[in-house]
Amino acid sequence: MTSGYEITGIAAAAWLATALVTMVAAVGVAVLRNIVHAAFALLVVLLGVAGLYALAGADLIAVLQILLYVGGVVVLLLFAVMLTSRMGDPEVASQPLAPLRAALAVTSLSALLAYGLIVSTRWRDVDAPHIVGTTADVGEAFLGRYLLPFEVISVLLLAAVVGAVVIARRDSRSEREIGERRR
Amino acid sequence: MSPSGAPFLGPIGITEYLVVSVWMLECGLYCVFTSRNAVALLMGVELILNAAALNFVSFARFGVGRVEGQVSAIFVIALGAAEAAVALAIVLALFRLTASVRADEASRLRG
Repeated sequence: MTSGYEITGIAAAAWLATALVTMVAAVGVAVLRNIVHAAFALLVVLLGVAGLYALAGADLIAVLQILLYVGGVVVLLLFAVMLTSRMGDPEVASQPLAPLRAALAVTSLSALLAYGLIVSTRWRDVDAPHIVGTTADVGEAFLGRYLLPFEVISVLLLAAVVGAVVIARRDSRSEREIGERRR
Repeated sequence: MSPSGAPFLGPIGITEYLVVSVWMLECGLYCVFTSRNAVALLMGVELILNAAALNFVSFARFGVGRVEGQVSAIFVIALGAAEAAVALAIVLALFRLTASVRADEASRLRG
Protein backbone atom coordinates (compact mmCIF):
# COMPACT_ATOMS: atom_id res chain seq x y z
CA MET A 1 0.00 0.00 0.00
CA THR A 2 2.80 2.45 0.82
CA SER A 3 3.84 3.97 -2.43
CA GLY A 4 5.85 7.03 -1.45
CA TYR A 5 3.42 9.72 -2.46
CA GLU A 6 0.92 9.38 0.33
CA ILE A 7 0.58 12.26 2.78
CA THR A 8 3.16 11.83 5.53
CA GLY A 9 4.81 13.67 8.38
CA ILE A 10 3.48 16.99 9.60
CA ALA A 11 0.99 17.13 6.73
CA ALA A 12 -0.52 13.86 7.94
CA ALA A 13 -0.95 15.30 11.43
CA ALA A 14 -2.62 18.39 9.95
CA TRP A 15 -4.81 16.09 7.82
CA LEU A 16 -5.85 14.15 10.90
CA ALA A 17 -6.84 17.28 12.83
CA THR A 18 -8.75 18.69 9.84
CA ALA A 19 -10.55 15.42 9.19
CA LEU A 20 -11.60 15.05 12.84
CA VAL A 21 -12.99 18.60 12.97
CA THR A 22 -14.80 18.02 9.67
CA MET A 23 -16.38 14.76 10.77
CA VAL A 24 -17.52 16.12 14.15
CA ALA A 25 -19.04 19.17 12.46
CA ALA A 26 -20.76 16.93 9.89
CA VAL A 27 -22.46 15.09 12.75
CA GLY A 28 -23.45 18.51 14.09
CA VAL A 29 -25.12 19.41 10.80
CA ALA A 30 -27.11 16.18 10.97
CA VAL A 31 -28.23 16.24 14.61
CA LEU A 32 -28.39 19.90 15.71
CA ARG A 33 -32.02 20.93 15.74
CA ASN A 34 -31.40 24.64 15.93
CA ILE A 35 -31.13 25.61 12.26
CA VAL A 36 -28.65 28.44 12.87
CA HIS A 37 -26.33 26.14 14.84
CA ALA A 38 -26.57 23.61 12.01
CA ALA A 39 -25.69 26.32 9.48
CA PHE A 40 -22.55 27.25 11.40
CA ALA A 41 -21.62 23.57 11.71
CA LEU A 42 -21.99 23.37 7.93
CA LEU A 43 -19.62 26.35 7.68
CA VAL A 44 -17.03 24.40 9.69
CA VAL A 45 -17.53 21.34 7.48
CA LEU A 46 -17.01 23.35 4.30
CA LEU A 47 -13.85 24.99 5.67
CA GLY A 48 -12.55 21.56 6.73
CA VAL A 49 -13.22 20.13 3.28
CA ALA A 50 -11.32 23.07 1.80
CA GLY A 51 -8.41 22.13 4.05
CA LEU A 52 -8.60 18.52 2.89
CA TYR A 53 -8.55 19.74 -0.72
CA ALA A 54 -5.46 21.82 -0.01
CA LEU A 55 -3.74 18.86 1.66
CA ALA A 56 -4.57 16.74 -1.40
CA GLY A 57 -2.70 19.23 -3.57
CA ALA A 58 -5.83 20.74 -5.09
CA ASP A 59 -5.19 24.35 -4.18
CA LEU A 60 -7.49 25.81 -6.82
CA ILE A 61 -10.41 23.66 -5.64
CA ALA A 62 -9.74 24.70 -2.04
CA VAL A 63 -9.89 28.38 -2.95
CA LEU A 64 -13.03 27.86 -5.04
CA GLN A 65 -14.62 25.95 -2.16
CA ILE A 66 -14.00 28.87 0.21
CA LEU A 67 -15.16 31.46 -2.33
CA LEU A 68 -18.30 29.68 -3.52
CA TYR A 69 -19.46 27.54 -0.61
CA VAL A 70 -18.25 29.41 2.46
CA GLY A 71 -18.75 32.84 0.93
CA GLY A 72 -21.82 32.10 -1.15
CA VAL A 73 -23.90 29.09 -0.25
CA VAL A 74 -23.67 29.45 3.54
CA VAL A 75 -24.60 33.13 3.28
CA LEU A 76 -27.56 32.15 1.08
CA LEU A 77 -28.62 29.53 3.62
CA LEU A 78 -28.37 32.02 6.49
CA PHE A 79 -30.41 34.52 4.48
CA ALA A 80 -33.07 31.87 3.91
CA VAL A 81 -33.10 31.02 7.61
CA MET A 82 -33.50 34.64 8.59
CA LEU A 83 -36.19 35.29 5.97
CA THR A 84 -38.29 32.26 6.76
CA SER A 85 -38.02 30.91 10.27
CA ARG A 86 -39.06 32.43 13.54
CA MET A 87 -36.47 31.43 16.10
CA GLY A 88 -38.78 31.24 19.10
CA ASP A 89 -41.24 29.08 17.23
CA PRO A 90 -41.18 25.51 18.54
CA GLU A 91 -42.35 24.35 15.15
CA VAL A 92 -39.11 25.52 13.55
CA ALA A 93 -36.85 23.63 15.96
CA SER A 94 -38.86 20.54 15.25
CA GLN A 95 -38.45 16.95 16.25
CA PRO A 96 -36.61 14.72 13.78
CA LEU A 97 -38.66 12.58 11.45
CA ALA A 98 -38.24 8.84 12.26
CA PRO A 99 -34.70 9.18 13.69
CA LEU A 100 -34.30 5.51 14.65
CA ARG A 101 -35.14 4.15 11.23
CA ALA A 102 -32.94 6.77 9.56
CA ALA A 103 -30.02 6.00 11.89
CA LEU A 104 -30.40 2.28 11.22
CA ALA A 105 -30.45 2.77 7.44
CA VAL A 106 -27.50 5.15 7.51
CA THR A 107 -25.42 2.91 9.80
CA SER A 108 -25.99 -0.19 7.71
CA LEU A 109 -25.20 1.67 4.50
CA SER A 110 -22.01 3.13 5.96
CA ALA A 111 -20.90 -0.29 7.21
CA LEU A 112 -21.54 -1.71 3.75
CA LEU A 113 -19.59 1.09 2.06
CA ALA A 114 -16.72 1.20 4.55
CA TYR A 115 -16.03 -2.51 4.81
CA GLY A 116 -17.46 -3.85 1.58
CA LEU A 117 -15.96 -1.29 -0.75
CA ILE A 118 -13.27 0.89 0.77
CA VAL A 119 -11.31 -1.32 3.15
CA SER A 120 -11.60 -4.57 1.24
CA THR A 121 -10.53 -3.09 -2.09
CA ARG A 122 -6.86 -3.48 -2.91
CA TRP A 123 -6.12 -0.01 -4.27
CA ARG A 124 -3.48 -0.41 -6.91
CA ASP A 125 -0.56 1.97 -6.75
CA VAL A 126 0.18 4.08 -9.77
CA ASP A 127 3.51 5.57 -10.71
CA ALA A 128 2.76 9.25 -10.42
CA PRO A 129 5.04 10.50 -7.72
CA HIS A 130 4.88 14.22 -8.50
CA ILE A 131 1.98 16.58 -8.10
CA VAL A 132 1.34 18.68 -11.16
CA GLY A 133 0.76 22.41 -10.82
CA THR A 134 -2.95 22.33 -10.52
CA THR A 135 -4.22 25.80 -11.40
CA ALA A 136 -2.50 26.07 -14.76
CA ASP A 137 -3.41 22.49 -15.69
CA VAL A 138 -7.06 22.90 -14.71
CA GLY A 139 -7.24 26.14 -16.65
CA GLU A 140 -5.80 24.51 -19.75
CA ALA A 141 -8.22 21.62 -19.39
CA PHE A 142 -11.15 24.02 -19.15
CA LEU A 143 -10.09 25.92 -22.26
CA GLY A 144 -9.13 22.79 -24.18
CA ARG A 145 -10.66 19.41 -23.70
CA TYR A 146 -13.51 20.51 -21.43
CA LEU A 147 -14.49 23.69 -23.25
CA LEU A 148 -17.99 22.51 -24.11
CA PRO A 149 -18.92 21.34 -20.55
CA PHE A 150 -17.46 24.61 -19.25
CA GLU A 151 -19.74 26.65 -21.50
CA VAL A 152 -22.72 24.42 -20.66
CA ILE A 153 -22.07 25.03 -16.95
CA SER A 154 -22.01 28.78 -17.52
CA VAL A 155 -25.33 28.62 -19.36
CA LEU A 156 -26.71 26.51 -16.51
CA LEU A 157 -25.56 29.07 -13.94
CA LEU A 158 -27.24 31.84 -15.94
CA ALA A 159 -30.45 29.81 -16.09
CA ALA A 160 -30.26 29.14 -12.34
CA VAL A 161 -29.84 32.83 -11.53
CA VAL A 162 -32.75 33.85 -13.78
CA GLY A 163 -34.90 31.00 -12.45
CA ALA A 164 -34.16 31.88 -8.83
CA VAL A 165 -35.13 35.51 -9.44
CA VAL A 166 -38.35 34.50 -11.21
CA ILE A 167 -39.34 32.02 -8.50
CA ALA A 168 -38.51 34.24 -5.54
CA ARG A 169 -40.04 37.40 -7.00
CA ARG A 170 -42.96 38.75 -5.06
CA ASP A 171 -45.93 37.95 -7.26
CA SER A 172 -48.64 40.03 -5.65
CA ARG A 173 -51.45 39.01 -7.99
CA SER A 174 -51.28 35.24 -7.41
CA GLU A 175 -50.74 35.79 -3.68
CA ARG A 176 -53.93 37.81 -3.47
CA GLU A 177 -55.83 35.13 -5.38
CA ILE A 178 -54.61 32.43 -3.02
CA GLY A 179 -55.38 34.54 0.03
CA GLU A 180 -58.93 35.15 -1.19
CA ARG A 181 -59.43 31.49 -1.98
CA ARG A 182 -58.28 30.53 1.50
CA ARG A 183 -60.69 32.98 3.04
CA MET B 1 4.93 10.28 16.76
CA SER B 2 6.67 8.42 14.01
CA PRO B 3 8.16 10.67 11.35
CA SER B 4 6.34 8.88 8.57
CA GLY B 5 2.77 9.58 9.55
CA ALA B 6 0.10 10.71 11.93
CA PRO B 7 0.12 9.08 15.37
CA PHE B 8 -2.78 6.68 14.84
CA LEU B 9 -3.21 6.32 11.14
CA GLY B 10 0.13 6.09 9.44
CA PRO B 11 0.50 7.74 6.04
CA ILE B 12 -2.70 9.19 4.67
CA GLY B 13 -3.82 7.44 1.53
CA ILE B 14 -6.94 7.02 -0.52
CA THR B 15 -8.63 4.92 2.19
CA GLU B 16 -8.59 7.70 4.78
CA TYR B 17 -10.03 10.20 2.31
CA LEU B 18 -12.79 7.78 1.35
CA VAL B 19 -13.65 7.17 5.02
CA VAL B 20 -14.12 10.91 5.58
CA SER B 21 -16.21 11.07 2.40
CA VAL B 22 -18.44 8.18 3.49
CA TRP B 23 -18.86 9.81 6.89
CA MET B 24 -20.02 13.07 5.29
CA LEU B 25 -22.33 11.16 2.95
CA GLU B 26 -23.97 9.37 5.88
CA CYS B 27 -24.39 12.57 7.91
CA GLY B 28 -25.97 14.21 4.88
CA LEU B 29 -28.29 11.26 4.30
CA TYR B 30 -29.34 11.26 7.96
CA CYS B 31 -30.01 14.99 7.73
CA VAL B 32 -32.11 14.53 4.57
CA PHE B 33 -34.04 11.61 6.09
CA THR B 34 -34.90 13.28 9.38
CA SER B 35 -35.29 16.99 8.63
CA ARG B 36 -38.71 18.57 8.58
CA ASN B 37 -37.25 21.99 7.88
CA ALA B 38 -36.61 22.50 4.17
CA VAL B 39 -33.51 24.62 4.80
CA ALA B 40 -31.98 21.91 7.00
CA LEU B 41 -32.75 19.41 4.26
CA LEU B 42 -30.79 21.57 1.83
CA MET B 43 -27.84 21.54 4.22
CA GLY B 44 -27.88 17.73 4.06
CA VAL B 45 -27.86 17.90 0.26
CA GLU B 46 -24.85 20.22 0.40
CA LEU B 47 -23.05 17.70 2.64
CA ILE B 48 -23.70 14.93 0.12
CA LEU B 49 -22.45 17.07 -2.77
CA ASN B 50 -19.30 17.91 -0.81
CA ALA B 51 -18.69 14.22 -0.12
CA ALA B 52 -18.91 13.55 -3.87
CA ALA B 53 -16.51 16.38 -4.71
CA LEU B 54 -14.10 15.16 -2.04
CA ASN B 55 -14.16 11.73 -3.70
CA PHE B 56 -13.29 13.29 -7.05
CA VAL B 57 -10.39 15.27 -5.59
CA SER B 58 -9.00 12.33 -3.60
CA PHE B 59 -9.05 10.06 -6.64
CA ALA B 60 -7.40 12.87 -8.58
CA ARG B 61 -4.66 13.00 -5.94
CA PHE B 62 -4.02 9.28 -5.58
CA GLY B 63 -5.03 7.97 -8.98
CA VAL B 64 -4.00 8.71 -12.53
CA GLY B 65 -6.55 11.24 -13.74
CA ARG B 66 -5.42 14.32 -11.87
CA VAL B 67 -6.83 17.14 -13.95
CA GLU B 68 -10.01 15.23 -14.79
CA GLY B 69 -10.86 14.73 -11.12
CA GLN B 70 -10.32 18.37 -10.28
CA VAL B 71 -12.37 19.49 -13.29
CA SER B 72 -15.20 17.24 -12.09
CA ALA B 73 -14.93 18.71 -8.58
CA ILE B 74 -15.30 22.22 -10.02
CA PHE B 75 -18.41 21.06 -11.90
CA VAL B 76 -19.83 19.63 -8.66
CA ILE B 77 -19.18 22.90 -6.83
CA ALA B 78 -20.84 24.94 -9.60
CA LEU B 79 -23.85 22.62 -9.69
CA GLY B 80 -24.13 22.81 -5.89
CA ALA B 81 -24.16 26.61 -6.00
CA ALA B 82 -26.82 26.67 -8.73
CA GLU B 83 -28.91 24.09 -6.86
CA ALA B 84 -28.69 26.09 -3.63
CA ALA B 85 -29.83 29.30 -5.33
CA VAL B 86 -32.84 27.70 -7.03
CA ALA B 87 -33.83 25.58 -4.02
CA LEU B 88 -33.66 28.50 -1.62
CA ALA B 89 -35.80 30.56 -3.99
CA ILE B 90 -38.33 27.71 -3.94
CA VAL B 91 -38.19 27.65 -0.13
CA LEU B 92 -38.85 31.38 0.00
CA ALA B 93 -41.79 31.07 -2.41
CA LEU B 94 -43.16 28.16 -0.36
CA PHE B 95 -42.83 30.15 2.83
CA ARG B 96 -44.68 33.05 1.27
CA LEU B 97 -47.52 30.78 0.18
CA THR B 98 -47.91 28.60 3.27
CA ALA B 99 -46.10 30.55 6.04
CA SER B 100 -44.13 27.38 6.79
CA VAL B 101 -40.82 25.82 5.79
CA ARG B 102 -41.82 22.29 6.76
CA ALA B 103 -41.01 20.00 3.89
CA ASP B 104 -43.40 17.25 5.02
CA GLU B 105 -46.38 19.60 4.83
CA ALA B 106 -45.76 20.92 1.32
CA SER B 107 -47.91 18.33 -0.39
CA ARG B 108 -50.39 20.43 -2.37
CA LEU B 109 -50.14 20.96 -6.11
CA ARG B 110 -51.51 24.16 -7.65
CA GLY B 111 -52.55 25.56 -4.27
